[in-house]
Amino acid sequence: MNRRGSLIKNLDWITIMLYVILVFLGWINIYAAVYNEDHQSILDATQRYGKQLIWIGAAFFIAIIILTIDSKFYSAFAYPTLIIMICLLLAVLMFGVEVNGARSWFQLGSIRFQPAEFAKFATCLAIARYLSQYNFKIHKIKSLFITGLILFTPAVLILMQNDTGSALVYSVFILVLYREGLSGFILLLVLLAALLFVFTLIYSSFTVSILIIAMAAVSFKIINVPIKQIAIALATLTGSFGTLWLINKGANLEFSNFSLVVISTILNAVPFLIYIYRQKITKAALILLILIGSLFYTFSVSYIFNQILEPHQQERINELLGIQSDPYGAGYNVNQSKIAIGSGGFSGKGFLNGTQTKFNFVPEQSTDFIFCTVGEEWGFLGSGLVLLLHLGLILRLLFLAEKQRSSFSRIYGYGVASILFFHLAINVGMTIGLAPVIGIPLPFFSYGGSSLWSFTILLFIFIRLDANRLELLR
Amino acid sequence: MNNYSNRRFIIGGIFAFVILIFLIRLVNLQIVDDQYKLSAESNSQRRVTQYAARGLIYDRNGKLLVYNQAAYDLMIIPRQVKTFDTLDFCKLLDIEKDDVIQRIKKAKKHSRYRSSIFMKQISSERYAVLQEKLYKFQGFFVQTRTLRKYPYHNAAHTLGYLGEVNDRHIKKDNYYTQGDYIGKSGIESTYESVLRGAKGLKVYWVDVYNRIKGSFHNGRLDKNAIEGKNITTTLDIKLQEYGEELMQNKKGGIVAIEPKTGEILVKLSSPGYDPEMFVGRAMSENYRKLANNDTLRPLFDRSMMATYPPGSIFKLINALVGLQEGIITPQTKFQCHDGYHAGRFTMGCHHHKSPLDLKESIQQSCNSYYANTFRNILDAPKFGSVSESYTNWRRHVTSFGFGSRLGTDLPSELTGFIPKASYHAKQLRTKNWKSLNIVSMAIGQGPLLITPLQMANMVSCIANRGYYHIPHIVKSIGENNKIDSSFIKKNYTTIDPKYFDPVIEGMDLVINGGEGSTGRSAAIKDIEVCGKTGTVENPHGDDHSVFVAFAPKDNPKIALVVYVENGVWGSRYAAPIAGLMIEKYLKGEISKNKKYLEKRMLDADLIHTKKIKKDE
Repeated sequence: MNRRGSLIKNLDWITIMLYVILVFLGWINIYAAVYNEDHQSILDATQRYGKQLIWIGAAFFIAIIILTIDSKFYSAFAYPTLIIMICLLLAVLMFGVEVNGARSWFQLGSIRFQPAEFAKFATCLAIARYLSQYNFKIHKIKSLFITGLILFTPAVLILMQNDTGSALVYSVFILVLYREGLSGFILLLVLLAALLFVFTLIYSSFTVSILIIAMAAVSFKIINVPIKQIAIALATLTGSFGTLWLINKGANLEFSNFSLVVISTILNAVPFLIYIYRQKITKAALILLILIGSLFYTFSVSYIFNQILEPHQQERINELLGIQSDPYGAGYNVNQSKIAIGSGGFSGKGFLNGTQTKFNFVPEQSTDFIFCTVGEEWGFLGSGLVLLLHLGLILRLLFLAEKQRSSFSRIYGYGVASILFFHLAINVGMTIGLAPVIGIPLPFFSYGGSSLWSFTILLFIFIRLDANRLELLR
Repeated sequence: MNNYSNRRFIIGGIFAFVILIFLIRLVNLQIVDDQYKLSAESNSQRRVTQYAARGLIYDRNGKLLVYNQAAYDLMIIPRQVKTFDTLDFCKLLDIEKDDVIQRIKKAKKHSRYRSSIFMKQISSERYAVLQEKLYKFQGFFVQTRTLRKYPYHNAAHTLGYLGEVNDRHIKKDNYYTQGDYIGKSGIESTYESVLRGAKGLKVYWVDVYNRIKGSFHNGRLDKNAIEGKNITTTLDIKLQEYGEELMQNKKGGIVAIEPKTGEILVKLSSPGYDPEMFVGRAMSENYRKLANNDTLRPLFDRSMMATYPPGSIFKLINALVGLQEGIITPQTKFQCHDGYHAGRFTMGCHHHKSPLDLKESIQQSCNSYYANTFRNILDAPKFGSVSESYTNWRRHVTSFGFGSRLGTDLPSELTGFIPKASYHAKQLRTKNWKSLNIVSMAIGQGPLLITPLQMANMVSCIANRGYYHIPHIVKSIGENNKIDSSFIKKNYTTIDPKYFDPVIEGMDLVINGGEGSTGRSAAIKDIEVCGKTGTVENPHGDDHSVFVAFAPKDNPKIALVVYVENGVWGSRYAAPIAGLMIEKYLKGEISKNKKYLEKRMLDADLIHTKKIKKDE
């Protein structure tokens, strides 16, 4: 049988078609976003749309090369690829040039290249390789440690480049780990931590602590701790809090209400633990532990927020959560972006007729805020279609991943889907005011060679692996 | 296969759920919610910057020094420009057709979508006509802004001027955009952030006829301009005006300070210029004229940027250091036989009686007395070496604010120069230099360089008997009266207050000592003026005339320096001008018996007469 022929037959053309459509739509929207009457030709290479066409051509070329390489190569060279990428990340820290406050670009003549973009597929390959090892058990300390090492090394290096957005992408691998057997409990804990973070910023730590205690009480009831015991616990808790509150007021100690809750909870936890130990209710111990952990976490949120995050990051989060409203300052981009998208209406203003994006109201309109142009010129129909095309591609990837016989291919497929999803969710989320403003590109849409090529490589490696799924069991 | 494959539904579900939320949000933003809708296609918006009125500037007595006057800029948005009647347009603005094309090209280069200035500062008459016909010219509109106006034509260097921002300003502070104005010198520059206020923005709907249809999104994007704060300066504009009159046709400067507060009453550099010259469209041409084609350098602020050797007024400092170090006492006498002689070295002095004590030495400005004092300070055995004792001497001198910037609230202050011991070693090419090598510094000559502001501050120190407030120009900002705390602090010199009295007695004699007093022409009836003359050797022409003074002797209200370049002797121009300034400030007018002196000073011309002489 003709090998080349069977490769073409085995390729998943649905995925490839979705890819081509998305890239094409992206290009048209870049044209509309930076449209310049003096340079009307969409092929004009002095303009971004002309350049994007060159990047697209190169991306197709890269895709073909990837498809011609033997699929064994990708698992065999997964680790060396990651090591090379880590070296590049280190090098860019030392020799890179700074663009918009992030030292994440190499400059060779007039060409700029961003290694952080390419670290994604390398990490994805390495994780797939590691997790697919024979006899791999995810909950072993050693496994967790090495998994963490593979994920955190590039993430930390990217963070050091001051490119917070690209570093956050690595958090999405928790979904891949979950698929490969990571306890759902951990996923829930992460979700809880995220919710507590948001709630603590919106409401006071005191309110949140009351909420946590109420949730703990409900959880105790669910695991059948007698209601009488819970009532006693809550009563002693309230009692000790009241006493501390009076002492605090009387002696002018200036403890916050929140720290009083923490102190009284810890005081009460001791007899409760003894009770739990006697009754041998391990689940209750766990709840208690989570309760105390949550309280301390709440305590540290404001510290993390104020001390570790930078002012512009704080502002963006505050703006998103509605704590602070400054439509001309930190909220300017998002406000303008919402106006642009909202003004598109149901069917949009039509190709090249957008005014909001062209008046330069929306910043970064051809890169991070490209979705505004879609929303303004194509309306709900267009923006909905783009979302569904992306979702279609991602779900298609999940579908294909599950069909893989080799766990390497499956894990890699999940990685690709998760990375694409994270970019989509954060990028679109920020333009419609549902996610903080983190500068990461919309896959296949945003202007820029590095991001287009990296997503192309990411995707086509999986397409190549998938084409071989019948031949290999790895 | 593994057991977790059911989890694909959870993960897929998460993905689908998030996208579903996004779709709901989009329905809300794009279909349900009206506030983001743009209405008819033909409508477009116009963003008009609301320029904040710049803060006003007053003098210490509440007299208005700087205010604003409306001006109109014709703006253009290239994208909205449709074909129009060029002939009519050119006639309206009084420009050529080619010029119109050039200007549109320039605006396009800036941005097709954003407004840029088509023509700056249209007169209000032209604006009135233009406003009526503007509907014919789509893409054009008028933006109001303000220009500075000056009721008094004085104190130009101090007030400063405004100019358009350049790329450097824009890069440094993103508040500014092309075409904004910024304080470029003087108070306008140091207090830029206070005076400028904050720009606002109004976004309007405009229809196809370029008429404003109303506020965009009910003002959601609007931002009100915040007016700049007013500033009250420490200047006495009447005195400043008088000083500028007295200094007309002379090169030099006057700085007058209220010693108790450090407030600058007068600060002038002559020749100066009319602040009105740097306003509006004439500015660039006037600037070129003053900066390049005027050999008298009227833009150069001599009061802070010229460094002169102080001359004999520096003897006061050497007297104070001598007293502090116990080298001399008020009773110490030195011989003077027409000068100071050491071996083959001679430093000349005019003829006067001998020996003189400290007071008399100041009165007579005896060179010999100070050569002796200065050398004794440097050769005092208690310091070990000349270099060590010089360093100690320099410590005393710099405590008066010499040799470094005082830290005033005006830009472009210079440091002057008080050499370190190492400087002499380098100049004389030996570590073992002798006090005789630098004896010219005893009488304020040699490498010493001091700005008029520093000289005025020195007199202020003496008037206060040992301390100064950093001289400053702003008395209060806006509603609250707070000024920078550094201006409230007393800066003490290293000289004990008790040593100032004998020196002040000497300064009293300079003016009121009768025969032999060098500054008699500064005397004022009923007011005890204390002063010191100085004549600074000038290798390039006539010597410079300098006079420092304060008055009244007890409870001083004004301390000043008058520096007249090529004024020959301190007593010839500087002293009488100083006397007139003090009298004007303390009494409000010049007494009849001094009118002749006033006239002589007003008429004196040290700039043009010399040229005539040369021509002959």
